[in-house]
Amino acid sequence: MTELLNALLLQSGYNAALVAVSAAMLGIAAGSSGTFLFLRKRALLSDAVAHATLPGVGVAFIVMVMLGGEGRDLIGLLAGSAISAFAGLLAVEWITKHTRLAEDAAIGAVLSVFFGFGIVLLTIIQTMSSGKQAGLESFLLGSTAGMLFQDALVIAIGGTLAVVATYTFRRPMTLVAFDADFAAASGRNVERIDLAIMGLVMAVTVIGLKLVGLILIVAMLIIPSVAARFWTNHTNNLIWIAGAFGGVSAYVGTAISAAAPSIPTGPVIVLICFAIFAFSMMFAPNRGVVAALAARRIFQIRVHRRQGLLAIARDEAIHDGLTLKVLTRAGFIRPDGVPTAEGRTQAAKALRDEKRWEVARAMNRDVAVIGRYDGLTPIETVLTNDEIAEIDRRINARAPLGGAG
Amino acid sequence: MGADFVQLSLTPLLMGVLASVACALPGNFLILRRQALIGDAISHVVLPGIVVAFLLTGAISTWPMMLGAAGAAVAAVVMIEAIKRLGRIEPGAAMGVSFTTLFAFGVLLLEQSDTSTVHLDVEHALYGNLESLIWFAAEDWSSLADPAALANLPPELGRIAFVTLIIIAGLALFWRPLEISTFDEAYANSIGIPTGALSFGLVVAAAIAAVAAFDAVGSIIVIAMFICPPAAARLMTNRLDRQIAWSVVFAALSAILGYVFAGYGPLWFGAENAVSAAGMIATVSGVILGLACLFAPHRSRIAAPAEAGAQS
Amino acid sequence: MQMTSETLRVAARSDAPPSAASDTESPLHIHGLTVSYGDSPAIFSVDANIEPASMTAIIGPNGAGKSTLLKAALGIVPRLSGTISIFGKPLNEARRRIAYVPQRASVDWDFPARVIDVVMMGLYRELGLLHFVTKKHHDKAHACLDRVGMSDFAERQIGQLSGGQQQRVFLARALAQNSDLYLLDEPLAGVDAATERTIIDVLKSLKAESRTIVCVHHDLATITDYFDHVLLINKTRIAQGPVETAFTAENLISTYGGRLATAHIDQLSLPAA
Repeated sequence: MTELLNALLLQSGYNAALVAVSAAMLGIAAGSSGTFLFLRKRALLSDAVAHATLPGVGVAFIVMVMLGGEGRDLIGLLAGSAISAFAGLLAVEWITKHTRLAEDAAIGAVLSVFFGFGIVLLTIIQTMSSGKQAGLESFLLGSTAGMLFQDALVIAIGGTLAVVATYTFRRPMTLVAFDADFAAASGRNVERIDLAIMGLVMAVTVIGLKLVGLILIVAMLIIPSVAARFWTNHTNNLIWIAGAFGGVSAYVGTAISAAAPSIPTGPVIVLICFAIFAFSMMFAPNRGVVAALAARRIFQIRVHRRQGLLAIARDEAIHDGLTLKVLTRAGFIRPDGVPTAEGRTQAAKALRDEKRWEVARAMNRDVAVIGRYDGLTPIETVLTNDEIAEIDRRINARAPLGGAG
Repeated sequence: MGADFVQLSLTPLLMGVLASVACALPGNFLILRRQALIGDAISHVVLPGIVVAFLLTGAISTWPMMLGAAGAAVAAVVMIEAIKRLGRIEPGAAMGVSFTTLFAFGVLLLEQSDTSTVHLDVEHALYGNLESLIWFAAEDWSSLADPAALANLPPELGRIAFVTLIIIAGLALFWRPLEISTFDEAYANSIGIPTGALSFGLVVAAAIAAVAAFDAVGSIIVIAMFICPPAAARLMTNRLDRQIAWSVVFAALSAILGYVFAGYGPLWFGAENAVSAAGMIATVSGVILGLACLFAPHRSRIAAPAEAGAQS
Repeated sequence: MQMTSETLRVAARSDAPPSAASDTESPLHIHGLTVSYGDSPAIFSVDANIEPASMTAIIGPNGAGKSTLLKAALGIVPRLSGTISIFGKPLNEARRRIAYVPQRASVDWDFPARVIDVVMMGLYRELGLLHFVTKKHHDKAHACLDRVGMSDFAERQIGQLSGGQQQRVFLARALAQNSDLYLLDEPLAGVDAATERTIIDVLKSLKAESRTIVCVHHDLATITDYFDHVLLINKTRIAQGPVETAFTAENLISTYGGRLATAHIDQLSLPAA
């Protein structure tokens, strides 16, 4: 426990501290840039991008070795992965645009084929004399154990740059992610901004490869924004809440992994992310499941109560179990089904409201008012007292309705 | 091609073909339903399923692992649906949340548990072990008629053959309701087809195919075969039955060519070691899809002809 | 009538419908139907009673719940409360007597199928899972295509059809079901004049065979020509009845709100209220 505390407080050594900080930067960058993808309903594009990095890693290694260099140079490998991720991205775009295949099929095809080809390259590398110890498999699942100082530095700088880029371009990207048609109509170059979003996602993916691996970086791009969606309806807030979720999970996850080295970093970061998501989905106000279920139930009870009251007012028999239960609970009917005095009063009120709506519809010139009718909204909340008085006058006088002309 | 071929290559080839076909068949419907990535999700969650099964039983035995994997696939589907409906999250994001989480859970369990003594690792899960399915008892082609030798065929082969048959039978039986509900779900509902049960059944079939294929060929082939052959087939024809026939052809072709290239390709380039057959099969299926995207007769969407007097 | 637990549970109210005598035979009787997608009802407590062998138009402004009403009647969307009875029976016992024509835009026309394949879908109840398609079935499907003037297109890929042709194919599929009650969702939306004529002729001939037609419809100008009954809804039922008595300026104002309705009424030369 003290080890975890030390790690959280950056007291576990310089290297571990740098890894934790760089992970946090990466988490913020992933969470916030992933938000644009999520809003664009293209979350799984990140899956294609991530899997498509693998052949690039392999090719970069082979090329660097052939040029007589050190195959494991992180920057070289990341550059290679960026190029092949970009190729994968272009392939998805091309297939979607030029064939009848939908984007999901294009994403699945690209990710499996690029990944499969990447595996072929990895098996080739394993047979190369310099490839035995290449450790390229760590790009599949990431690892912080034994991470070099330079590697951590690359991640920290890259993550910071990605956060800065997200901040700088948040306005145009938000606009496009929120409503591409509107953005296009107001003169934005949607294609270029889309490309910039993808570029950002790609950068985050590439930077995250070493830390969490190509499969789990997808989680860091997707889960924080989905979790954040439960807390806010404002796009701007969404970006930063997602960034915060991503940053916190990455930081805490790295710290846990530093304190207990047998726990792999990537999975623990993802599981913390998911815990935040699960809590948000269940308990967020308004959009959370508990809140929504309660609202739904309350709503259903209101509907049955109203229908039940109308039935009482019209002297109709009630069969529906839920309606009976709702009316009994409210004290509107006795257990034997006979309406109480209170029930009759409320029923009369409900019926009067319906009548008023009926007259209002015939009288009123305003579509907006009629559209407010949904069987539950009391007319007092929509019309003024004067208007209601006029309606009542017509009802009482049994005057001919309407008055169109 | 004699004794060596029968002993070393016949089983992996058959295995690859059967696994590819078993995945490609449900893949056709997944693609048409815009659920291609369900296949992706399923193949990622097979790993946690197998790990959990291993931890519960403490042994590498086939059936518990198959059950564990199938259970994980069903759990993933339930999780995706729950996030979609309860959280009102779009399907892609719901899938992304679910399968990455389950995968992370599987990796964590794997690293935490003492599986170092047994052959269970992430790489194996990803690219399988097609090359190791050797038919030791075979001497040459005549072994195909030898009951004793046949009894010693790798058991994976029998399993995948069984599963492929089940999937073909299921597809034949439910062809009509599947076709109708894939095209027009509201209409299917109106004539009393249980569309919910049907789409769940489809996903379960995909999961069974994935699990049976997974053990021998790994999850890369599984994802690639769910998507690439049916996608390429869609571009070849405008009829569902023919699309499915094409997808079977493409799947088998990918498996055969991929296996041959992986085994013999490096030799042609002077290298000595074979490369990953699973990776190569996925690569070949991608090449086939690429060619289909460029040259297939029905590759592009056709706009409806302009209509005189149409109101909109 | 045998009361299943379902009908018991959802019967919120049980009043005397407008024509109580024909209640048990009504092809479609809707009672107290409430459906909600979110936290506000899409339709609230709708009652409707469709007359046998009638042709009813469901009309109302956008978002009034017209399509929702049809879908809820077919059990495609869940209902919050209310009962549906089809020819006096609960929905699931009477499905074979209903044919539904969804909105054309609700499906992906890029699906790999030919026109004839789509029409064959209408024979599903007859064919079931296992029966082979015989010449008899082919003849039936072709006859239905012929009835909507599409027999030349049987082998055409459905993605290559125009909007009007797609709508006719959908109608042919419904005809193949040989049902007693036809529920159509906006069958005339965005179709060419020839298709509109064809569809209306087919529907009128169905009516002449004593079948019942219910259409969600958007064009008020053609109501009196095409239909004999109307159901006006805007979240709830505003009015229902024969065109002569229910399709009045007063009811249109109640349904559509003043200005819009006034504009329509001027064109319709209806008696102002």
